[in-house]
Amino acid sequence: MLKVEEQQPVEFSPALIEKFGEIIGRYPQGKQKSALLPMLHEVQAELGWLSTVAMDKVAARLDIQPIEVYEVASFYTMYFLRPQGKYMLEVCRTGPCCLVGAEKLMNHIEDRLGVKEGEVTPDGLFSWRGVECLAACGYGPVLQIGPEYTFYENLDEQKVDALIEDLRKK
Amino acid sequence: MARKLLLEHINVPGINTLDVYRQKGGYRAVEKALKTLTPDEVVEEVKKSGLRGRGGAGFPTGMKWSFLAKPEGVPRYLVCNADESEPGTFKDRYLMTHIPHALIEGMIVSSFALGANTSYIYVRGEMMPQIRILERAIAEAKNAGFLGKNILGSGYDLELYVQPGGGAYICGEETALLESLEGKRGNPRIKPPFPAIAGLYGCPTVVNNVESIAAVVPIVNDGGDEYAKIGIGRSTGTKLISASGNLVRPGVYEIELGLPVEEFIYSDEWCGGIANGKRLKATVAGGSSVPILPANLTLKLANGEPRLMSYESLSEGGFATGTMMGSGGFIAFDEDQCIVRNTWNFSRFYHHESCGQCSPCREGTGWMEKVLHRIEYGHGKMSDIDLLVDVSKKIEGNTICPLGDAAAWPVASAIRHFRDEFEWHVNEPVKSLDTNYGLANYAEPIAKAEVTTGN
Repeated sequence: MLKVEEQQPVEFSPALIEKFGEIIGRYPQGKQKSALLPMLHEVQAELGWLSTVAMDKVAARLDIQPIEVYEVASFYTMYFLRPQGKYMLEVCRTGPCCLVGAEKLMNHIEDRLGVKEGEVTPDGLFSWRGVECLAACGYGPVLQIGPEYTFYENLDEQKVDALIEDLRKK
Repeated sequence: MARKLLLEHINVPGINTLDVYRQKGGYRAVEKALKTLTPDEVVEEVKKSGLRGRGGAGFPTGMKWSFLAKPEGVPRYLVCNADESEPGTFKDRYLMTHIPHALIEGMIVSSFALGANTSYIYVRGEMMPQIRILERAIAEAKNAGFLGKNILGSGYDLELYVQPGGGAYICGEETALLESLEGKRGNPRIKPPFPAIAGLYGCPTVVNNVESIAAVVPIVNDGGDEYAKIGIGRSTGTKLISASGNLVRPGVYEIELGLPVEEFIYSDEWCGGIANGKRLKATVAGGSSVPILPANLTLKLANGEPRLMSYESLSEGGFATGTMMGSGGFIAFDEDQCIVRNTWNFSRFYHHESCGQCSPCREGTGWMEKVLHRIEYGHGKMSDIDLLVDVSKKIEGNTICPLGDAAAWPVASAIRHFRDEFEWHVNEPVKSLDTNYGLANYAEPIAKAEVTTGN
C-alpha cells in the first residue's frame, strides 16, 4: 500500500510555474480564478495527484482561499485527492459501452491486475476505475490513461492484456 | 448521395491542418463575413437558415443570438460548449479531432457577429488529445492572421482560448459551464437572468454547441436561404448523428434532416443494420436523456407512417409514443439487451452526475438507482415499478436545470413501454439473473393508433 504523506512539501517545476503565467493570461484582469481548473490539471500531470499542500500553493498563486480550490478539486471527477497508480486505466461504464461488453472488460481488468476498482497494485504501477460516458460510444468499449489521456478504442480482452504488458515494459 | 456540409472533406489527408483546410475552401467564411458583411447581416443569415441548437435543446440559434444584450462599454463573450458528455453522443469529439479548423472558423465568424473580442471553447477535460489539436489549430490560424489584432485588416480583434473542464456532465448545462469557466463548481444558475443578459463574469454571453458553431460556416458561405432548403419543415440543414450500440457500422454520420429512421438504421449507406444478424428491440434516439422507444415505435409513428430523423417527427406523439431529437445520440439495442439493466445503468449515471444542488434530483436519482438495482438483481417488488414512476414524476420539472428531467425521462419511458419486462424481473428473480427477456412483442406492428396526449 502507498502511504499518503499529506504534509510532504511540494515544489513546482520552473516549467509549471511558467505555464501558470501563460494560463492566467487567458482571462481578463481580476478574473484569474478562471485559471483554476486548467492549473489543477497541470499540477496533477506533474505530481500525479493533488495533495492539500499542492492545492494551497495553487490558492496562493491565484490569490483565492484554499477552500475555493478544495471544493473544486472534490467536485470534478478528474482530480485525484490521493495517489493513484502510475497508470490509471479509466474504463467507460455507461450504457452504450455496456451494450458492447464494457462490464466484461472491467471484470477482466480486475482479474488481470489483481486489485479492486480504485486500488493501486503493490508495485505502484496500475489502478483502474469505471468512469461515466467518455463520448466515444461508437467505438466502445473504450478506456483512457492520464495524464496525457491517451485513448484506446474498440477494446477486447486481448487488446487490454497487450496494453498492460506494454505499459509494464515502459 | 446525401449532401454534406460539415464532413464533406473529412477523409482528405491533412484536413486537420490549415493549409489543406484552406485548399478545400476553408476560411472563406471569415473573409466573406469580415470584409463584406456587418455583424447584424451575419446574424440575419443565421436566422434565415433556421439552424437549431445542436447540443440538445434545439433552440433556434439566430434567435438566441438576437437576445444578446449590448450595453455600451461592457464586453460580450461567445463560449463554445464542447463539454460533450451525453451518453450516446460523440459527434463533437469526431469533428474536433478530424477537422478542428471548422470549429475555429465558425468561432471567428460567430464572435464577429456577436461583437465578442475574447471567446472560449470549453472542452471536457477528458478530451485532452482534442484540446491539444485545437490549441495547435488556433496557433496556425493566428499565424495566418485569422486571429489576433485587426484580422484581415478589418479592424476586428479576437483572442480565442481553449478551456479544459474537470470531468462533470453537468457542465454541459450552459450556466454550469459558465460557473466552471469562472473556476467554480459546476452548479447551474437560477434563470433568469439568462446568459444573454448576465453570463460569463456577469457580462452578456452566448453559449453554443460545437456543431452549431461549425454550421455557421456553410451558412455564411452559401447564405441562410440555401441552408434552409435542406431538411424538412422547421428541421433545416444537416445534422451529425452519433450512432452506437448494436449496429453493423456505428459511427458519426451527417444526415439531411428528414431521413427515414428505418433507412438510417438498415441502409448500407448508413448504419448497415443490426450487428450479428440480430433483430432490433429498442432505440434511444437522441442521447440517454430522451425517452427510449421500442422497435415498432422507432420505425413508425403511432398512426403507421414512417418516422423521420427530424425534430418534429421524432417527438411526434409526445411522450406517449414519441421521443426527441436531443443531441443526435442514436443508441440501438438488439434483442439480447436487457432494458432493466440499461435503465439502471443510465440511472447510476444521472445519480453520479447530479450536482447535488436541488434535493429532488440529488435524492431522487439515487433512489431510482437503488430501486432499479434491486429489480435488476432479483430483489424487486411489484410495487417498486410504480414507485419508480412516482419518484420520476417528482423529480421532473422540480429542479433548477434540466438534469432532473433528463434523469426522470429514461426511467418513466422504459416503464411506459417495457413494463412487462420489469414485471418479469420481479416475478422471475432467479431466472432474470442469467436470462434476458428477449425481443418479446416490441418489434410487432403497432396494433392501433394510441391516444397521444399527456404522459
